[in-house]
Amino acid sequence: GETTWLKVWVYLIVALLMVPAMFGFSLGISETYMKILIKTLEWATLRIQTVNTEQQILKSPSFNGLIQREEGSMEKELGELRRSRPKSPLGGDFSLSDCFYFYRRGVEDIVEDEVTQRFSSEELVWWNLLTRTNYDFHYISLKLTMVWVLGVFVRYCILAPLRIMLASIGLTWLVIGTTIVGFLPEWRLKSWLSEWVHVMCYRICARGLSATIHYHNKENRPRKGGICVANHTSPIDVVILCNDGCYAMVGQSHGGLMGVLQRAMAKACPHIWFERADMKDRHLVAKRLRDHVNDKTKLPILIFPEGTCINNTSVMMFKKGSFEIGATIYPVAIKYDPQFGDAFWNSAKYNMVSYLLRMMTSWAIVCDVWYLPAMHQQEGEDAVQFANRVKSAIAHQGGLLDLCWDGGLKRAKVKDTFKEQQQKMYSNMLVRAVNTCIHFDSI
Amino acid sequence: MGSRASTLLREEEIEEIKKETGFSHSQITRLYSRFTSLDKGENGTLSREDFQRIPELAINPLGDRIINAFFPEGEDQVNFRGFMRTLAHFRPIEDNEKNKDPTASEPLNSRTNKLLFAFRLYDLDRDDKISRDELLQVLRMMVGLNMFVSQVLRMMVGLNMFVSQVLRMMVGVNISDEQLGSIADRTIQEADQNGDNSISFNEFIKVLEKVDVEQKMSIRFLH
Repeated sequence: GETTWLKVWVYLIVALLMVPAMFGFSLGISETYMKILIKTLEWATLRIQTVNTEQQILKSPSFNGLIQREEGSMEKELGELRRSRPKSPLGGDFSLSDCFYFYRRGVEDIVEDEVTQRFSSEELVWWNLLTRTNYDFHYISLKLTMVWVLGVFVRYCILAPLRIMLASIGLTWLVIGTTIVGFLPEWRLKSWLSEWVHVMCYRICARGLSATIHYHNKENRPRKGGICVANHTSPIDVVILCNDGCYAMVGQSHGGLMGVLQRAMAKACPHIWFERADMKDRHLVAKRLRDHVNDKTKLPILIFPEGTCINNTSVMMFKKGSFEIGATIYPVAIKYDPQFGDAFWNSAKYNMVSYLLRMMTSWAIVCDVWYLPAMHQQEGEDAVQFANRVKSAIAHQGGLLDLCWDGGLKRAKVKDTFKEQQQKMYSNMLVRAVNTCIHFDSI
Repeated sequence: MGSRASTLLREEEIEEIKKETGFSHSQITRLYSRFTSLDKGENGTLSREDFQRIPELAINPLGDRIINAFFPEGEDQVNFRGFMRTLAHFRPIEDNEKNKDPTASEPLNSRTNKLLFAFRLYDLDRDDKISRDELLQVLRMMVGLNMFVSQVLRMMVGLNMFVSQVLRMMVGVNISDEQLGSIADRTIQEADQNGDNSISFNEFIKVLEKVDVEQKMSIRFLH
């Protein structure tokens, strides 16, 4: 009857998905799914392209740019503006046209800026049959619509329930497994078991997202006593990285379900969870990190120095905290393929639950992970320079844009010091620096 | 399964904007996407805060003036038409537009209208004259507070120093008020032809006649 049907279904799940996940081998089911998916998307893209050329709707080659900027520096541009005026004998170089430079720059930034676009999902060139990425695409053909409807059915009625079940199993197993391991005394076996439990659960979760991950340069994998830093796109980054190694997590202690998870994980092997108030105390944070790193038996720490999720088209400023404790840094670059699913978590728009549901109803998560060679702070290099060096290496490897802007600009205002820098630059072009004595008695 | 960005922008509106500003269809739809992405309140208009959220604009010394230029007199919200009308000033002057119908009204991106746009950024009280004070205001915005003074003041506040303990300090300053004053005076002197100690729009045009306004106040929009 009904129960036997359910039993068969469950046994099937366990056999086909969980067992391979537990022991790290593959039955080829995911690969077959991916092949079918890729073929379908290619067909869809071809259809859209043919219809577009027929209707002469062309995607401009510079799809990602709305304007082409002048690349001149302030000096060069102002120099050109002032060329028309003869140099005044009285000194001082101001011209009424100086402000043209600032006006144009300002309006260019209003039309297109480097920062605000990083906090929303990347636009796709061709539609990938997901409604959520349908920005500017017109109705194409009946066949395509039918495929899309089929896709919706497959994603919402078959894949999503399956994935939700897998994810729940994975997380439940994580809690149970780590709690059990936590009861064991401190043997070598304990840490081995703990690692096995962690990896197994992350593998199940990865199946739960239909994640296809390609790891590159595995010889550079992070080792104990170091810090692994990576660019941050989504909470799934953790699942991605932990499928191929064990890390100690750093983060804020949460209550509720997250808290249960955190406490269970901490029983099996040391993670670094902070109370909310302690996170503000930079010295405390640095001390705990340092203590963990100096203990060579502890797992490498996983840190996302951007501090917030960025949309995987760029790498933003790395906070210097992890770079000033003198540990070995293992940089890792993660790049998602947006064709199969948008992994970016826009925390302003979606909360965690709706984000995970979106993930579960995507086609798949496909990403590349590059392990970069270890880096150390060099002589005469301060933490900020070191952080920037690591950031550039990650950006370069992942094909991402290297930005100096702070990811915190998602929510906070930009500091006034940047404006002051611009003003100072302009002042130097106005009047050659004059030293003046300031008297403060009158204040 | 239609396009999302254009569903809120009707074809008739796009045509009207096209006629008024000269932007192409695809440019208008893409700028509309940009407009909606800036519109965090999702009410079809932008406020000053929406502009200030752009970091590069927030650090532009004349950022506030530029933002102001988008808002009609006394209003706090700008809709898409107004947004496009202001952006239209920065369209390049194409050759074919020079041969256009002479009876049509002057396009928003003509040399004169570009200069008028810049003039209005100086002339805050809209009395069609740039006074010495208005010129000084803009100069001060571009030059900033004497930077080292602001740094020292910040340091003083941080160290909680008593003013009486602070003696003479040698600091380098950017530009003092006197220097700015003489720059303003000289600028007005050069431009002022009718001796009213301020710069009218015609005097403004005359002073800048050799400047390549068409290129410097234009943005290269793609397609």
